[in-house]
Amino acid sequence: MNRLDQLFSQKNDHILNIYFTAGYPKLADTKEIILSLEKAGVDLIELGMPYSDPLADGPTIQESGQQALANGMTLPLLFDQIKEVRQETQIPLIMMGYFNQVMQFGIQAFIDKCVEVGIDGVILPDLPLYEYEQYYRDMFEQAGLHISFLITPQTSEERIRKVDELTKGFIYMVSNSSITGAKNTISDLQLSYFNRINALQLKNPRLIGFGISSHETFETACQYANGAIIGSAYIKMLAKAQDIEKDTKLFVQKIKGEIPTKLQYMV
Amino acid sequence: MIAINEKGYYGDFGGAYIPEMLHPNVEELRQHYVQIMQEDSFQKEFQQLLKDYVGRPSPLYLAKSLSEHYQTTIYLKREDLNHTGAHKINNTIGQILMAKRLGKTRIIAETGAGQHGVATATVCALMGIQCIVYMGAVDIERQAPNVSRMRMLGAEVRPAVSGSQTLKDATNEAIRDWINNPVDTHYIIGSVVGPHPYPDMVARFQSVISEEMKWQLEEHTGKANPDMIVACVGGGSNAAGAFYHYLNEKDVRLVAVEAAGLGINSGESAATSVLGTEGVIHGSRTLLMQTSDGQIVEPYSISAGLDYPGIGPLHAHLIKSGRAEAVSITDDDALEAAFFLSRKEGIIPALETAHAFSALDKISFQRDDVIVICLSGRGDKDLNTYIKHLDRFSGIGKIS
Ligand SMILES: Cc1ncc(COP(=O)(O)O)c(C=O)c1O
Repeated sequence: MNRLDQLFSQKNDHILNIYFTAGYPKLADTKEIILSLEKAGVDLIELGMPYSDPLADGPTIQESGQQALANGMTLPLLFDQIKEVRQETQIPLIMMGYFNQVMQFGIQAFIDKCVEVGIDGVILPDLPLYEYEQYYRDMFEQAGLHISFLITPQTSEERIRKVDELTKGFIYMVSNSSITGAKNTISDLQLSYFNRINALQLKNPRLIGFGISSHETFETACQYANGAIIGSAYIKMLAKAQDIEKDTKLFVQKIKGEIPTKLQYMV
Repeated sequence: MIAINEKGYYGDFGGAYIPEMLHPNVEELRQHYVQIMQEDSFQKEFQQLLKDYVGRPSPLYLAKSLSEHYQTTIYLKREDLNHTGAHKINNTIGQILMAKRLGKTRIIAETGAGQHGVATATVCALMGIQCIVYMGAVDIERQAPNVSRMRMLGAEVRPAVSGSQTLKDATNEAIRDWINNPVDTHYIIGSVVGPHPYPDMVARFQSVISEEMKWQLEEHTGKANPDMIVACVGGGSNAAGAFYHYLNEKDVRLVAVEAAGLGINSGESAATSVLGTEGVIHGSRTLLMQTSDGQIVEPYSISAGLDYPGIGPLHAHLIKSGRAEAVSITDDDALEAAFFLSRKEGIIPALETAHAFSALDKISFQRDDVIVICLSGRGDKDLNTYIKHLDRFSGIGKIS
């Protein structure tokens, strides 16, 4: 059974998905980061495949990607790293990147490799729904590799229904129309969007991403969806981390509100 | 038949590979662009501005000395005489009218050589609309006069500091801006690149070049079709405009001229048709320069307007299908051609355009052929570069 399905069958609220750029801060940090996130109680992990031209990402993720590429990260190397860490953990792992990377690897080859190393799902923000449905859907579904599509406050209901039909795993709900990057507040406008989506009774669970960076924003997201995705805030933390395992634990505790606010000043 | 299909593909190339955050903007444009362009009131305003503001029709000039030198008949389509000095303004006039009809109040653009940035800043000043131009930090340096022009026209020039800090990165920044400003902003792309419907829309606005060529050639020669059309290709908009009404006229040879930089195999090049493979760049499936791992390669050309790692999907299709021939020209050959044209015809071309002229040394033609070269822009913006090379090229070879 796909580990994402397993996760969502056991848990449907407060799901915490953390994104990091593979190969950052150091090329070989992938394993330690994944195991630290799992230990810290994260539910699923999104590995960013660093890309030269990440259109949907803000400066934090973009810069971490440039560093990862400079460190020598490549897709074959990343698959090797994942294969190794997969021996030690059963946490759901998804990969996020851009369609061109997958296209150059070979679509079927990429899918096969994901299955082989134990990747459960992918997010390719610039893969159009139309192309996916026409050309690639059967390949993904036959392999049991899940795929998440994005919706934004501007996505029409008709299109959201299509996203729900094509998505397997979870829908990635972009909290506002913007590129990634911690924003730290959730506006009334966003809340009405969250409510509108709730009322649609979609079949897939939903995780809210973009701008989630604190306990407050995480809690708000969890009130309106099955959980949230944190990227830029975690990468900013990693940039300064002395001890990945310890600092990751503190970061996750803060997000979950397991550290009283007063103590937060000390970490 | 060479035509774009309903999903925005020319053969295997095109489409709209964009994140969902951009979908509403691009979809709004896709749904309305053809209809708006066909409205009488749009056409009236567009044609009027092309005539009275841009100065169209641009002349088709029989270049006698050049023809004599090459022992053939060469006409120059004088886009350099347009207001702001290049073909770029044909597109920005069209897009600003489009933006107004879509109710947009803020314009963003990317620029390489600065010609498209100037053309965008110009039409924004004309219409009284806010204008932000993204430009690679490296290009800001090497195209300084155009940066000043944009500022004088009231535009804000924002440096793109990521990656190679050239056109590709300026385009990334402009797309990010659009994602963050989905409601009030229109993105005026400067070439036949980007997600559908941009390549088609920009080609339609630039098609005025070949529309005029047809009747001008008829006047000059009695035949509407030349034997060959030569144009430089960065993203490919002047070439698309010059080829447009001849795409399905099989007897007309189409020659697309790319920048070879320091040489095709030097590692410092922008010759996409030779060095590129199929992939996705800036929302379009096309030919682009990339590593085997799918990372987009930093291109190089002395000419900022050709310093782009992709080409528009139309050109990818024309080249792959054999409809167009691709020629690549090095920095030095382009410089030499620029000095040669200046001396021979009294026309200082843009560095981009100089590549097209240099192609005359690389392609074969007959004595009785009629060749049209799209003289896409003038060289004022490149004077600093030219002056640097003045001594090297003033007394050598064919320039004596
Ligand atoms: C004079 C001139 N010619 C050609 C180009 C290349 O663009 P395109 O291939 O879209 O015509 C530029 C771009 O800046 C330009 O300024």
